[in-house]
Amino acid sequence: MSKKLLQNITFNIFRAISYSIVAIVVVVLGFIFFNGIQALNWEFISLMPENGMMEGGIFPAILGTLVLIIGTSIIAFPVGVLAGVFMNEYAGENIFKKFVNLMTNNLAGVPSIVFGLFGLAVFVNFFGFGISIISGCLTLAILILPVIIRTTDESLKLIEPSIRNASYALGASKFQTVFGVVLPMAFENIITGLILSIGRVAGETAPIIFTVVAYYLPEIVFSLKSPLMALPYHLYVMSTSGIDLVKSREIAFGTALVLMIIVLTLNLLAGGVKIYLSKRK
Amino acid sequence: MRIKEKIIESIIYACGTVSALIVLFIVFFLFKEGSGVFNKKPIEEGYTLAVNKFNLVEKLDASQIKKIFEGEISNWNELGGTYDSIYTFTLSDVETKFTAEQLGENFEFLNQRIAEYIDNNTGVIAYLPRKYVDSTITTIDISNIEFKDIALGKEWYPTSTPSPQIGALPIIWGSILVSIGAIMLAFPLGIIIAIYLSEIAHPFEKNILKTIIELLSGIPSVVYGFFGLIVIVPLVKNTFQLDMGESMLAGSIILSLIALPTIISLSADSIASTPRELKDASLALGATHLQTIFGITIPYARSGILSATILGVGRAFGETMAVLMVTGNSAIFPESIFQPVRTITATIASELGEASTGGIHYETLFVLGAILFCFTFIINLLASFIANRF
Repeated sequence: MSKKLLQNITFNIFRAISYSIVAIVVVVLGFIFFNGIQALNWEFISLMPENGMMEGGIFPAILGTLVLIIGTSIIAFPVGVLAGVFMNEYAGENIFKKFVNLMTNNLAGVPSIVFGLFGLAVFVNFFGFGISIISGCLTLAILILPVIIRTTDESLKLIEPSIRNASYALGASKFQTVFGVVLPMAFENIITGLILSIGRVAGETAPIIFTVVAYYLPEIVFSLKSPLMALPYHLYVMSTSGIDLVKSREIAFGTALVLMIIVLTLNLLAGGVKIYLSKRK
Repeated sequence: MRIKEKIIESIIYACGTVSALIVLFIVFFLFKEGSGVFNKKPIEEGYTLAVNKFNLVEKLDASQIKKIFEGEISNWNELGGTYDSIYTFTLSDVETKFTAEQLGENFEFLNQRIAEYIDNNTGVIAYLPRKYVDSTITTIDISNIEFKDIALGKEWYPTSTPSPQIGALPIIWGSILVSIGAIMLAFPLGIIIAIYLSEIAHPFEKNILKTIIELLSGIPSVVYGFFGLIVIVPLVKNTFQLDMGESMLAGSIILSLIALPTIISLSADSIASTPRELKDASLALGATHLQTIFGITIPYARSGILSATILGVGRAFGETMAVLMVTGNSAIFPESIFQPVRTITATIASELGEASTGGIHYETLFVLGAILFCFTFIINLLASFIANRF
């Protein structure tokens, strides 16, 4: 009986601790939501910042984050997916595959600020792109590359060998098998991973500080060579530079909420896409 | 058609190779940008230190120069020279020591006056632009910067003149301390939640908790930093009656939240992989569920749990924005968890923007980046080694 009691007590303590993590998430998200919602209105998301960024909206920062997301996706998706295809379909079980695997795994563990240093050294200075959209997107693309490679690799692993064999038996080439049969079947898992990696792009700050963002831009410039404002950096600036603490706090809360909405929408979208595509079959 | 397939297949090979080489590129460029600092002298570009020709001291290092100009070293005999008081002379002394007539209308006699001044004062040390110091004047040699100056030096004042102090030990130490603090908070919590998730929770409960944990890992670090700045920092300040809440403790609390999802999901995977037969055997022998968890499951999963914890440390160690916003950023050796600390990541993020490209400060920050990279590289290798080993 005492053993049973001890077990019950322990399990209930464990349950309480586990639910505390729910409480933490609720507190963090609730805190940002309820404070941010007061700042959020149509003007806030559609206007330029004014009066030393203490008034007006955060439109350029939202636009900047969207530009970063699109630019990074254009670079990282094809390279990452093809590298994932290489890992699972083309590389034999040899030392080179092990090498690629080790390297991409290590790339996944590199701190984000190191990507910022790399982007500054290589894209901004060495290639001379300067602090620009192209430098920022290339840096962020490298950051999410290991995530995309891994998701693609793992999604392709889930496809049964018998399906590949059936394709070969019908006379299809390796190329036809990979691109006609295997990749379409793995599509839903891959697309989920891609959307999740975009969420990461939207929230990253450290890699973009030295490669693309500007503290403040008076007007929107459409050029690959120009810097831009981005939500995470804007949040950092508004929460740490305290000229007018009350006003900047309010803008910071609004910025945090918009950023969280984008990131959470992408997360939910990833889950939704997966459910939708798997039901369609 | 065949040719098109061949082309795309070679592109696939190229993508795989490029992805593998990126890590090597990162290493190469970090070291390339950082290594320039090691054959430089810790003094501002274009400046020199001139002394009287009878001065016996041949060489000075960065910390000696700092101590001389701050008055901590006031006699040459402390540096192995003759017994003679040290007088410092810098550009700002030019107008007080010499009259306008002495200098000439266009400062044409400046070099001559400086030369005379140095000749007449045996104890002088002059920090001047090289162009004002004639080649006949004795200049003192300054030791080159070495790796140990950065890794073991205790003073971080990279923008101080005349000699930048680039000792990063307090910063490296700060990173280590904050990460250890974070893991001490996150480890017990993470393990308990992982056990609950994989051994105790109902499937429905488990799904909800997993979703919540994924949500936690999706929150951007700058949002954690913002939350920390506005909630955790004042909380720490008021709870412990401190002058300021930006402290190692606040940093560790925020970092533990960031490290938690890594620890939980990897440990839970490892715990769930314990073979069913082992657990059944234990239960069949009369052990309770609780005894089975602590007697069979945890010992079986220990390498996975350890590996997850190490990866959690790596996650905390490399985190930038959250730490930058809540730890207070003073480059000191903290005496308690309530004092501010400064980490490697925060130092790079806050100072790289101001450092001029190719200067000592800029290159030192790249050396710090390389040190950070090496730390996390070792942590990752260690984690995968442990996961495969036991």
